[in-house]
Amino acid sequence: MQRHLISAADLTRDDAVLILDTAEEMARVADRPIKKLPTLRGRTVVNLFFEDSTRTRISFEAAAKRLSADVINFSAKGSSVSKGESLKDTALTLEAMGADAVVIRHHASGAPYRLANSGWIDGAVVNAGDGTHEHPTQALLDAFTMRRRLVGRDAGLGKDLSGRRITIVGDVLHSRVARSNVLLLHTLGAEVTLVAPPTLVPVGVESWPCEVSYDLDAVLPKSDAVMMLRVQRERMNAAFFPTEREYARRYGLDGDRMAKMPEHAVVMHPGPMNRGMEITAEVADSARCTAVEQVANGVSTRMAVLYLLLGGSEPAVTNNATARTEENK
Amino acid sequence: MTKILIRGAKVLGGEPQDVLIDGETIAEVGTGLSAEGAQVIEADGKILLPGLVDLHTHLREPGREDSETVLTGTRAAASGGYTAVFAMANTFPVADTAGVVEQVWRLGKESGYCDVQPIGAVTVGLEGKQLAELGAMHDSAAGVTVFSDDGKCVDDAVIMRRALEYVKAFGGVVAQHAQEPRLTEGAQMNEGVVSAELGLGGWPAVAEESVIARDVLLAEHVGSRVHICHLSTAGSVEIVRWAKSRGIDVTAEVTPHHLLLTDELVRSYNPVYKVNPPLRTERDVMALREALADGTIDIVATDHAPHPHEDKDCEWAAAAMGMVGLETALSVVQDTMVETGLLDWAGVAERMSFKPARIGSLSGHGRPIAAGEPANLTLVDSAYRGVVDPAGFASRSRNTPYEGRELPGRVTHTFLRGRATVVDGNLA
Repeated sequence: MQRHLISAADLTRDDAVLILDTAEEMARVADRPIKKLPTLRGRTVVNLFFEDSTRTRISFEAAAKRLSADVINFSAKGSSVSKGESLKDTALTLEAMGADAVVIRHHASGAPYRLANSGWIDGAVVNAGDGTHEHPTQALLDAFTMRRRLVGRDAGLGKDLSGRRITIVGDVLHSRVARSNVLLLHTLGAEVTLVAPPTLVPVGVESWPCEVSYDLDAVLPKSDAVMMLRVQRERMNAAFFPTEREYARRYGLDGDRMAKMPEHAVVMHPGPMNRGMEITAEVADSARCTAVEQVANGVSTRMAVLYLLLGGSEPAVTNNATARTEENK
Repeated sequence: MTKILIRGAKVLGGEPQDVLIDGETIAEVGTGLSAEGAQVIEADGKILLPGLVDLHTHLREPGREDSETVLTGTRAAASGGYTAVFAMANTFPVADTAGVVEQVWRLGKESGYCDVQPIGAVTVGLEGKQLAELGAMHDSAAGVTVFSDDGKCVDDAVIMRRALEYVKAFGGVVAQHAQEPRLTEGAQMNEGVVSAELGLGGWPAVAEESVIARDVLLAEHVGSRVHICHLSTAGSVEIVRWAKSRGIDVTAEVTPHHLLLTDELVRSYNPVYKVNPPLRTERDVMALREALADGTIDIVATDHAPHPHEDKDCEWAAAAMGMVGLETALSVVQDTMVETGLLDWAGVAERMSFKPARIGSLSGHGRPIAAGEPANLTLVDSAYRGVVDPAGFASRSRNTPYEGRELPGRVTHTFLRGRATVVDGNLA
């Protein structure tokens, strides 16, 4: 694995499978009475958030704490420039404090890449979402969720998502989740189809390793998982679509549409959901929707990422958990 | 008066000749000229060009002296072989009055490194709403003939039409920064395959092409001439080619960086590659080279845009747009046009000296290398190969996209009206 996690494209198939397998081990820790491992004791993880995102921040925070790392939350809300402190100066400050890893969320695409490659800091950089670029840990937790649901918790170990058909629906243009998922799912052997109104598909998408469709109804029966992206209502003000209702009618997932999906297929959503917009309450609250599960899986997956970037070679989970893994063989 | 004999220089790349400078003018061009009473410069087969003329330079003074001043900018220009530069109007305050253009003009006179011809803003404050006092700027000591809101597009069709018409009274020209503003809201880079992957806001080619199409038609309708700044797309080339074939009085410029660099470089998220208009694709680069060779694009202009280090040492979205270019322009043109066989040195002289001076109605520059002409000359060692090191720049800013890149050619001497501003590659 590379030293940083900036893009889902940084991961080979084997890297990604290793992360998912490690995340399964981590998930078992969550089932114990004491949900804590000593693995990263004495290491410092900084959550550097230039953008509000309570969900992602607490997920990373929980992950780091369960690994016994010291966690510093640095919230630099709003533009770094308008605050008068540059990303560089913030990075130098964190470096001086001895950050072993920096988890960064930034409104500017490429900010994590700059942080990792400008010589400002020595620690590992984890991209927790940058602008409209990528959100690789979200893609990993989505892949983890899909593997569990479609292949199986234990049967999935060591496996990828070969041959699975994944449909991603919604505002692809502005979605870092979609970009990371397309790259990672392709690496894991899945067949990805993007569905969106043409206005919300980026010019240049033809180079992506996926199909593009404008017809949700045609794609649903051939999907093993359908991922609904959040669509901001404000987009209609920039003429990306005429009205909320028109969007919901053409690209929203309701009960009738869900019925067209194969029986085993799941509905996913990275949250937060716009109920009534891209997804109806009926679908969101159904047993097929994995949204809440994804949140839980997010912690395990982020534990795996932090462990593999920082932990080195010693086993993450000792004694009984390792024994269980042995049993499973 | 000082006499200088440049011996054995390939004038415009031709056979070696001697050129005798007497005072401010060229006294004689020939072979075996007498060196009596003259300081001799052995050219040893270097290329002698007319002093280069840049129709598009940002000198930043007044207002952003932390990026560049007229003095540092003209020193950079001389280093790059330029004897005249046109200073863009987007200063603070904007050069939209006779007072500001005269200030820039006077600072140029004082610098002594190259002539500075101010460009006046088309509209007050570059806001695109009300015409600036174009006539007053023309009648001022600065004698402005080129008007541009560069940095911003004159996007209102009526204002553009009126400006094109109005400057006819005194032989002016409007230089358009072609960028449809609505299509480029939030634009960070060329819209295409790379922007889709990087998640950076797209600057579509059509935002440039649609404005150029409108403006050549406006120029035709009102019988004016129009100049297109930093043309950057293959589609723009097609439109200008069509307009010229129709007899429309349009000229166009291309920057060195658009002749060499592509949007693939943006994958590094290094803001040194952030520029407006943005770096385009390989296909565009090839179309621009071909168009410069066949005359569809008339000239090379640098769009020299200095920025302080902190404005580039940051995340992409927060970074300023622009690159310095005066000190590398000729090398990039040699690399992309001469060494590819697309242009000979006479062609370079036409596109970097003769024609820009004509477009800008600048007398005393862009003249033939012949007896009686002003001694504005540039001597180029075309055999030189070197790696670009911004630490050696004369410009106050270092935001070059070529750092560490090997480029051919080096200006060894520049003469401004007979006075050496650069000697053996160093500022005099």
